[in-house]
Amino acid sequence: MSTRTLISPAQLARPRGKALYWVCFALVVVLFTLAFLGPLYWMVSSGLKTTQEAVQTPPTWVPGSVHPENYKRAWEVMDLAKLLLNTLYYAFGALAFQLVLDVAAAYSLSRLRPVLGKMILGLMLATLMIPATVLVVPQYLTALDVPLVQRNLLNSPWAIWLPSVTNAFNIFLLKRFFDSIPKELLDAASMDGAGPLRVLWSIVLPVSRPILGVVSIFAVVGVWKDFLWPMLVLPDPSKQTLAVGIYSLATSVPENVLIASLTIASLPTLILFLIFQRNIMSGLTAGGLKG
Amino acid sequence: MSAPTLTKDPAVKDRRPRKPRAGAPHLPDGGFGKTLRRNLTAHGFLIGAVLCFAFFSWYPIVREFLLAFQKTEDGDVSWVGWDNFVTVWNDPAFGQAWRNTLWFTVLALLLGFVVPFVTALIINEFRHGQGYLRLLVYLPVMLPPTASVLLFKYLYDPGYGMFNEILGVFGVPAQQWLQDPDTAMLSVVVASTWMNMGGATLIYLAALQGVPGELYEAAELDGAGLFRKVWHVTVPQTRLILLLMLLMQIIATMQVFIEPFLLTGGAGPEGSTTTVVYLIYQYAFNFNNYGAAAALGLVLLVLLAGFSAVYTKLNRADQD
Repeated sequence: MSTRTLISPAQLARPRGKALYWVCFALVVVLFTLAFLGPLYWMVSSGLKTTQEAVQTPPTWVPGSVHPENYKRAWEVMDLAKLLLNTLYYAFGALAFQLVLDVAAAYSLSRLRPVLGKMILGLMLATLMIPATVLVVPQYLTALDVPLVQRNLLNSPWAIWLPSVTNAFNIFLLKRFFDSIPKELLDAASMDGAGPLRVLWSIVLPVSRPILGVVSIFAVVGVWKDFLWPMLVLPDPSKQTLAVGIYSLATSVPENVLIASLTIASLPTLILFLIFQRNIMSGLTAGGLKG
Repeated sequence: MSAPTLTKDPAVKDRRPRKPRAGAPHLPDGGFGKTLRRNLTAHGFLIGAVLCFAFFSWYPIVREFLLAFQKTEDGDVSWVGWDNFVTVWNDPAFGQAWRNTLWFTVLALLLGFVVPFVTALIINEFRHGQGYLRLLVYLPVMLPPTASVLLFKYLYDPGYGMFNEILGVFGVPAQQWLQDPDTAMLSVVVASTWMNMGGATLIYLAALQGVPGELYEAAELDGAGLFRKVWHVTVPQTRLILLLMLLMQIIATMQVFIEPFLLTGGAGPEGSTTTVVYLIYQYAFNFNNYGAAAALGLVLLVLLAGFSAVYTKLNRADQD
């Protein structure tokens, strides 16, 4: 499909226009590749250099000698397996909590319409107006001593999982999607005697797969990328996430090993992105604004 | 000039027939018992999320307001009125943190707002390779910030960093980047823009696709050049998205923490990268002064809530 854009097709059709188009195109492709892949290339290749070469002036573009064992060293010295497992555990736990609790809440608000439902949704959406970083201090104090139950959540996965549910944007996204499911479809099911849970499970969830996919990806990536909160609530090094663990070990390992570990920490979300890029990109734009 | 007013008439949109309210209760109300049961079920579905919100969102919001007027010493809480605000106000770092944050916001708007828009404009012009370019721009967004920030720390290094090497090719003398109070904040903003511009670029790209082509043709008939077309057609046509992203950008950049924290240790040379949120962090987690942290946080909250309210209002108007 070719829609009309800034530059007119007539201008592009002329030989001069065509030549100019291709020159600009080549320039932009090279420039963008350098700007966005360049740093990543540097990261992967510097992970292969010797410690000496990694910090020499001037820097080298291509490693003089290749040392893949840096990656192995990073894996062992920084105990990346442990950090990686921790992160996976937190990320998929958060995903499970968000899928179960946020979907149930959105379904209730969209379809079951309880008393005060509108007010509850309003209160949830209002949290989007509070800058997240401001809440870090009182949230931390809550995690330190959860009111009523008097539990300390520090160093426990609950400190990651439970706050991840308070994602009003997710609930809003899911509710809007559930709102758009034809009423007749659901009425037919309840006519046949299906209870709300049954309707959710057999009708709503199967048709909501695209939005569930988007929410899931953002949930996992969210935990993977988070830094400040896990740094505060997981002070025990053996419980930390990859992002926090690498930061706390940053000064105690040689540069090339640290850079290798950055590559390893980046790989999972990059791979996730390359596999699901279509869903991620459509989710970004379909779901409204989420920068 | 006779360029048509290319702004959308909001009234036209509203005249669209409204869809019947989706999701109206589909269970017929049959007496009190049934209503009660229906409500119990509905609240049963809600309870998990509501509890999470209560503990980790609503209660902390209330607590933030309380904390700002309290002092905690060895577990004893006492009310101190506006003392925390006075403490924060008299801290010499206060003025600097706000100046730095505003400077960061201005720089981030110049870079982080304009660069993604121009990038989207450029990508949108090409009939080939759009998928590849989009992929490239969004790639950094998927990296854990720790990884990208530490990566930039190496690239900025005055000795072995790649940036000075590249500048050297063009004959520009080596810079101190993060070590120089004059360039530290700019360096932080460049890294931050690289990391975060993907999302905004994709949203602009989607918005650009909605600009009707005839408007460009009309502008050309009036003799408009490239820049005039951007200024008189593209910008007005995408103005709501631009405004929303501007607000969002302000809200996000005023809360910047991780980039200065990891790149310059938070304060930076001569405190040149101390931001408000870093100051909050310091009060709370280095000095254990939660009251002062909350007081400063409250100032930021009040300021940003204003922006958020406008944003939410516009966003809702856009989606209805």
